[in-house]
Amino acid sequence: MNDIVECRAAAGSTQVLTRKDFESEQDVRWCPGCGDYALLAQVQKLLPTLGIPRENFAFVSGIGCSSRFPYYMDTYGIHSIHGRAPAIASGLKLARPELSVWVVTGDGDALAIGGNHFIHAIRRNIGLKIVLLNNRIYGLTKGQFSPTTELGEKTKTSPYGNIDPPFSAAALALGAGATFVARVLDTDLPMLQQVLARAATHPGTAFVEVLQNCIVFNDGAYSTLTDKATRDEVRLTLRHGQPLRFGKNGEHGIRLRGLKPEVVSVAGAPGVAEGEGVAESELAVHDEADAHGSLAFLLAQFAAPEFPQPLGILRAVERPAFEVMNAGIAAAAREQRGPADLASLLAGGDTWTVG
Amino acid sequence: MAAGEPPAGGEREVAALDRVVIRFVGDSGDGMQLTGSEFSRAIARAGHDFATHPDYPSEIRAPSGTLFGVSGFQIQFSSGEVFTSGDAPDVLVAMNPAALKTNLGELARGSVLLVNSGAFTAANLARAGYAKNPLEDGSLDGYRLLAVDISALNARALAGTSLSKKEVDRCKNYFALGLMLCLFGRPLEAEIADVAQRFAKNPRFAEANVLALRAGYGFAEASELFATTFEIRAASSVPGTYRSITGNHAAALGFVAASELAGTPLFLGSYPITPATDILHELAALRHFKVTTFQAEDEIAGICSAIGAAWGGSLALTTTSGPGMALKSEALGLVTMLELPLVIVNVQRAGPSTGLPTKTEQSDLLQALFGRHGECPIPVIAARSPADCFDCAIEAMRIAVTYMTPVIMLSDGGIANAAEPWRIPDVASLPRIAVHYRSDPEGFSPYARDERLARAWVPPGTPGMEHRIGGLEKDFLSGNLSHDAQNHQRMVEVRAAKVAGIARDLPPLVVDGPDSGDLLVVGWGGTWGAIAEARKQAAAAGLSVAHLHLRHLNPLPRDLDDILGRYKTVLVPELNLGQLSRLLRERTLRAVETMHKVQGRPFRVSEIRARIEELCGRQS
Repeated sequence: MNDIVECRAAAGSTQVLTRKDFESEQDVRWCPGCGDYALLAQVQKLLPTLGIPRENFAFVSGIGCSSRFPYYMDTYGIHSIHGRAPAIASGLKLARPELSVWVVTGDGDALAIGGNHFIHAIRRNIGLKIVLLNNRIYGLTKGQFSPTTELGEKTKTSPYGNIDPPFSAAALALGAGATFVARVLDTDLPMLQQVLARAATHPGTAFVEVLQNCIVFNDGAYSTLTDKATRDEVRLTLRHGQPLRFGKNGEHGIRLRGLKPEVVSVAGAPGVAEGEGVAESELAVHDEADAHGSLAFLLAQFAAPEFPQPLGILRAVERPAFEVMNAGIAAAAREQRGPADLASLLAGGDTWTVG
Repeated sequence: MAAGEPPAGGEREVAALDRVVIRFVGDSGDGMQLTGSEFSRAIARAGHDFATHPDYPSEIRAPSGTLFGVSGFQIQFSSGEVFTSGDAPDVLVAMNPAALKTNLGELARGSVLLVNSGAFTAANLARAGYAKNPLEDGSLDGYRLLAVDISALNARALAGTSLSKKEVDRCKNYFALGLMLCLFGRPLEAEIADVAQRFAKNPRFAEANVLALRAGYGFAEASELFATTFEIRAASSVPGTYRSITGNHAAALGFVAASELAGTPLFLGSYPITPATDILHELAALRHFKVTTFQAEDEIAGICSAIGAAWGGSLALTTTSGPGMALKSEALGLVTMLELPLVIVNVQRAGPSTGLPTKTEQSDLLQALFGRHGECPIPVIAARSPADCFDCAIEAMRIAVTYMTPVIMLSDGGIANAAEPWRIPDVASLPRIAVHYRSDPEGFSPYARDERLARAWVPPGTPGMEHRIGGLEKDFLSGNLSHDAQNHQRMVEVRAAKVAGIARDLPPLVVDGPDSGDLLVVGWGGTWGAIAEARKQAAAAGLSVAHLHLRHLNPLPRDLDDILGRYKTVLVPELNLGQLSRLLRERTLRAVETMHKVQGRPFRVSEIRARIEELCGRQS
């Protein structure tokens, strides 16, 4: 659709960027059918539309299948070490706030070995776009359970079933104070494109969890979410300002009883018997901009089979970005102390003269 | 030294001394570090050369009166050159029984011993393990004991203030400082101005501390406490303007200077750790320069954020101590592969593990050289004294950007916290640091190298030169990932050759003493002062001994082998079990005498001198 746009941000430049400009010459080496391809294509499609010169994009990754991502983008990129991408990206963003800095990571990279950097980048609300490809398995090391692998799963390191309870990446991010949190399926290309576009322009940390199928080590992890026969019953698409409804005909809804969510039938929806179900007005209404974020936190923890999987933007609020505050500190210091002068700094404090 | 008995006729003597060592010791809550550093300022103002050694426990406030809670501060000052804080005190100021007990052993008989008798209570004596009060049992007869009830005199002087009893007691270190200023004939005015400045936000304390200071000084004068006061002539130092500086402060200033000299912003990513944190403190307060400080979530993020900033074109820095260095080692491998400039400061402390966090050691040399997986060469330099940290910071940054490499700068807990006079350099005389970002896409290959084997620095944001770098082995030219066998060998060898080639850039080594002969003492880092002084003394006594100090430890200077070959014996004193000795043996295949000390303390001059005498004696 929007493959060719004028790149307005390049000063005086009439350079026209296309998705081709973002494809590097390296052969893509993910397994055929891997969900990572979908993200790569959508990012390459999005970037030319943002009005940012190509040289101002930087992709930082750690280790894992997803972390091969920067090699395939014809932008600046670092394929770094396991878990540390948010820390490297934070240093880059502080040094060069004008850059569009993206972190591409996975469930092991961001949530296990790199958990600390992940939560602290989010806590600071530094202007990084963090995209986490969650396949609920360690792929590159060939099939060990990850922090998002479900209980009971048999993997190479849990041959008798996984006893490590998984956690929700979105809930973790929200707990760390995230200002932008979204979750999308790798197969839902329109939603992926929309969410990435919102993330790209969000000031502060934008966190996007992509539920991504590992065709080799965890194939079908999300099949109930993707199969035509089951998907409508288990997906809850979030729309800002709209009641939380799901089902093929919107016949299910989420109602809050105090802090307790419940799935209800919606009166008047096709398939709901006359006189049954609750009025739509009783359903919870999604508010991505809610200052407290408690609804987002509840939604982030919805898990099958009791609840449907919320997909879309869970939270999008504005808070000052760390790099902006950092620049503010420097400006205030210059204001307060006048122009910096090395000679007077070195000669500061008590001095005495000899000879 | 002569003090104690008032001379006949009430006229006080003024004794001219060449040098003196004072040690202040007390509870960690007694303010001994403050007393010591304030006394150092007075000494600095008097134009003496000096060196200090703060020695404090790792507990912030250890239980009062305990032996392990004793905090000390030693200063040596002189009209001549001062290389160390001194072996043993000439004057010991002990604020309580525990401080007396832990320090008396190092005080020579006949020296001045000033104690706060008011702290010699039954409880404090018991806590220090004294069965009888040493002030009364005659056990201190050999010393020039001055027992002053500082607690009570201070309380009386401050009776009219609005301070609580506890607050009044906290001012007694200024009373002690007043006593010492009188003993050394230093004027009070500048010190009073300092107190006013230090406590500007708390006028009640400013006023009370000035009262305590005056009371101490006045008491010493009026009671003729000291039969003799001392006069030490100003040092005949190189002409110039001086200030007192600690190693950490000098390092911070050095990095700001490097940034200004390079015209490039400085980025520090760091996680607090003793004894390195002061560098972060100093730089965090200098945001009006082109300085960004980032207190990271951990040591790994400290170095990784610095790597990101280096990629972005900043002069990147991370500061730490041994345990943090261990955590950073994977990232050191990454930045070696990325070939980006980065300086890592390791302010060494006694290890392994948590070790003795507030005590000094130089046991991370081999870690700096080899503590990474894979063939991972990194240049290493070490500072020899507090003021030298300034020059080393600039030198480390120069190497980093010239060779596009990480550089490890070693300091240690001894020089980091110690102070000495520093001749303030003329900014125009400092070496410029040439930084070049490549912006010409014509013929660009990310890993093409210049004559020094350095690749180009191309920060993101440079049009037309987008490329990828990473920790995977890369192609010799394009930097694209490569698993080719021959290419890997070539890359490993070129990274090694690049670092080895830095030796071509190093100035010739300077030997202090005869350029050949019986004995050469080789040192590195913070042992410089003790070795220099020991050599001077031994040479004055007629021994043939030379001293070679190494700032660059990787690569080692090219003239090193030749110099070592000119002496019959080579001695290497180190605050470790012999790490440089090992490197020198491997490099030269010659015998090397080791001398080691791992007590969390610096060498005494006398220890090194004794070893020099022993080795020279063996040869004659």
